[in-house]
Amino acid sequence: MCRLAAITSNNFFSPMENILALETMKEGHDGSGLGLTLKGLGGEFKDLTKYPIMSGICSKKGIKALDDYMKKNGFRLKHIWTPKIKPVKGIVPRDYYFARVYDYPSSCKDKSFSEKEGLLMNTRIALRNIGESDESIFVFSFYPDVITIKEVGDPLELGEFFGLDSDGLKAKVIFAQGRQNTNYQIYLYACHPFFIQGYCSMTNGENTAFVPIREFLMSRGFTGYMGYNSDSEVFTHILHYASRQLNFPLIYYKDVITPLKISEMENRKDSGALRLIKQSLRPLCIDGPNMVIGFTPDGTCFMVQDSKKLRPGVVAGVKGKYALMSEECGVDRAVPKRDKSMDIFPMKYDMVIISPGAEEVKVWNQLQG
Amino acid sequence: MEPASGLRLDHNHKLSLREFPYIVRWRDDRCKRCGQCTAVCPVKAIEATVKVQRYVSSEGASPAPKAERKVIQIVEQVTDMERYCTGCGACTLVCPNEAIEPEFNPQNKFLHYKNKGGEGYKRGGRRNDPSISTLDRLKFTRISMLTDPALDAGRHEFRIRTLLGRILPPEELPLKIENNKLSINKDSAKFIPPVREIYPIMIGSMSIGALSPPMWEGLAMGVSYLNEVEGMPVVMCSGEGGMPPRLLKSKYLKYFIIQIASGYFGWDEIIHALPHMVEDPAAIEIKYGQGAKPGDGGLLMAQKVLNLIASIRGVPQFIDLASPPTHQTKYSIEEAVAKMIQSMSMAWGFRVPVYPKISGSRTARAVLNNLARNPYAAALSIDGEDGGTGAAYNVSMDKMGHPIASNLRECYLDLVKQGKQNELPLIAAGGVGKKGNLAANAAALIMLGASAVSIGKYIMQAAADCFGDEYNRCNLCNTGKCPRGITTQDPKLYRRLDSDKVAERVVETFKAADVELRKIFAPMGRSTELPIGMSDGLSTDDKAMAKRLGINYAC
Ligand code: SF4
Ligand code: SF4
Repeated sequence: MCRLAAITSNNFFSPMENILALETMKEGHDGSGLGLTLKGLGGEFKDLTKYPIMSGICSKKGIKALDDYMKKNGFRLKHIWTPKIKPVKGIVPRDYYFARVYDYPSSCKDKSFSEKEGLLMNTRIALRNIGESDESIFVFSFYPDVITIKEVGDPLELGEFFGLDSDGLKAKVIFAQGRQNTNYQIYLYACHPFFIQGYCSMTNGENTAFVPIREFLMSRGFTGYMGYNSDSEVFTHILHYASRQLNFPLIYYKDVITPLKISEMENRKDSGALRLIKQSLRPLCIDGPNMVIGFTPDGTCFMVQDSKKLRPGVVAGVKGKYALMSEECGVDRAVPKRDKSMDIFPMKYDMVIISPGAEEVKVWNQLQG
Repeated sequence: MEPASGLRLDHNHKLSLREFPYIVRWRDDRCKRCGQCTAVCPVKAIEATVKVQRYVSSEGASPAPKAERKVIQIVEQVTDMERYCTGCGACTLVCPNEAIEPEFNPQNKFLHYKNKGGEGYKRGGRRNDPSISTLDRLKFTRISMLTDPALDAGRHEFRIRTLLGRILPPEELPLKIENNKLSINKDSAKFIPPVREIYPIMIGSMSIGALSPPMWEGLAMGVSYLNEVEGMPVVMCSGEGGMPPRLLKSKYLKYFIIQIASGYFGWDEIIHALPHMVEDPAAIEIKYGQGAKPGDGGLLMAQKVLNLIASIRGVPQFIDLASPPTHQTKYSIEEAVAKMIQSMSMAWGFRVPVYPKISGSRTARAVLNNLARNPYAAALSIDGEDGGTGAAYNVSMDKMGHPIASNLRECYLDLVKQGKQNELPLIAAGGVGKKGNLAANAAALIMLGASAVSIGKYIMQAAADCFGDEYNRCNLCNTGKCPRGITTQDPKLYRRLDSDKVAERVVETFKAADVELRKIFAPMGRSTELPIGMSDGLSTDDKAMAKRLGINYAC
């Protein structure tokens, strides 16, 4: 089972904190890959938060194609970050890892943010399509204030490989996944966390309802609902669909993926709406032993799980810094000084929500609403 | 030339027993000549008769043969095609000494002769094809193992439910947000169609009239018990021909789907009962076709139209009741189906889901796409070629129709293409449980994309011991002579059937199917929602089949 380590804080911190937390959970992941998503960037990106950042990996050929494409479409390169690669035994370096900050094409300067989001997503998909077959281009995200790093290998070794321990790369929300390679061949696009238009999530557990969920999402007529090299990508897209496309408040994510029985809805004031949601979004019920950790565009982080999840995840920390992890030992590493009696192990009806800036933790109970 | 005397020409005009589908094996040494078998035989295929036999015996120390002529009583099978042995086995059942038994004769030439008077062979039952159906060739091969432990079918909580009714696409839900909470926007003029939560196996349309009173009552009681006592929301369709007036006005009406077919039989009474109804029916089914006999209308033969049936249907007694193959109002599907759905919806104030039932056909997708655009269409029921019927021409049953598996699958995938797979539920029928694998067949259809399945023949066999099978055994349902009392209006016959026993068996059958469905869903890790369209769970050992259905090939 994959191991998950998310930290949200009101201060900038290094992704090494997440990686060290993953290291404590090592017996749960087989070191087959690492995925990192950083939001609320500090360091050299601190003053560039308005501009979209493209994160990815290219071959020599790929970077040229990428450059050509971006130029042709009017994006202007503002800043480039590349990791200082330290050779580590067992990790085969690829040609070019990057996070590149662009300025929007002048043609879309006056467009609304949601139109800009559309352009960014379509650009990312176009580049993915250009470079996927020969693996010359991987683009993981293209969005303001977000960086994604993914590579195959042991998380701790990858941290060293990317020089994350000495790099100034920092953020206020960082999600990390240590991959346990199960269903699919090791493929970078199959690595969590997944990100789409400000929404991000990572998951553990097998997704038994993957096929009908994928079919439902892909038939929504939204170009971003594609990929699905991992069955867990659908959890991110459901979050995006419910929150952004349908405009549901975040708590309804829980009602979509793990709906109540009709008889359990009675105590909810919104039972009328719940009934309709349960029917209309029936194919999105995940019905599997999954735990999902996610964030939304405003920096809210949450954890939620299906009742079939045998071992709950844990959310704990102190005001200003909270960890959302699959194992408690990871939390101990990330936030050792805390009142452990306040640790939260969300049960089947719970959704743990941490407000932006790690201000406040709330456990929302689905039965009570 | 005169024939030589004593040399009678062979019985050339007669058929030999070898032409008959079943040959009755009667044992002289066991028979005690009680006459029960000949009395019970529904077609008079056997009769008591006498034969002269020559006995040669010898007594004493040295052979001294003595011939003697004796008259003996025997039970003999007649060689009249109009009285062919149907293989029902009623004679075997009543025989106290196990002296008689029908045996299937695979070399029979039954169909060559069963056309007396230029009339094609009519019967009940379903397709005489004993081969393994596609449904029975599907297996569940996606078992959760180490990465994701399987569930415990005995201990875990399972919810095996489905939805019947048109479901709004999420984008069109009339919702508003207040204080971070969603609520239904009452100011919106959006029509929210009625949706029922039901059990995914339903009892398909079998009319009162086709079925005997104890059979129909037994089913109805079983269904009510499942709902009221077992908490399983099983629904049952009335079939064409109305419903008993007392039931129409009772609180149990909510467990029934009322069917309207091209004969509109019973609808006068239903409409008159409308103001007195205390509950809405579960749904209204508009029958356009039946899988067993596509393109054919309904038929209730005169011998089954007795007093009770005549009064429920609002017709005189003892006349053939034929429903035309098409609805008389049907000009084009766009117009007539829509009108029919609308008027039925209107009759119940748009509180009841209304959906059409068609026979499996290459053209099913055209109907489907039309319904997909009609916001009042609540579902589509597709009845495959292995469905049953009370009466039809043999040729329609054996040679017309489309298997349900690929028909259902292509319809589902068509909906997926349009993003409407959750809006218009598909109900699959026709051969579900043909070889007894009710739960497995139902689960396979669900994973191919059905929201629910419908059963008919299976429940007749499981609950009332119907003799019929795919070797044309019995299949007398059209004649009013059902030896089990299931499809007859003759009190002498139907008193053999105890409605309480039928009800008990209905309950047992559904409870067992429920356990089996859990045993299928649990290892696949599913417990909360029905795995509709979870096609990665299925596989077959036939490559062409796998390709056509878009599932895995496993061998
Ligand atoms: S098997 Fe049925 S039809 Fe044949 S002789 Fe016996 S009772 Fe008659
Ligand atoms: S037992 Fe009755 S219902 Fe069954 S096949 Fe014979 S006649 Fe038909």
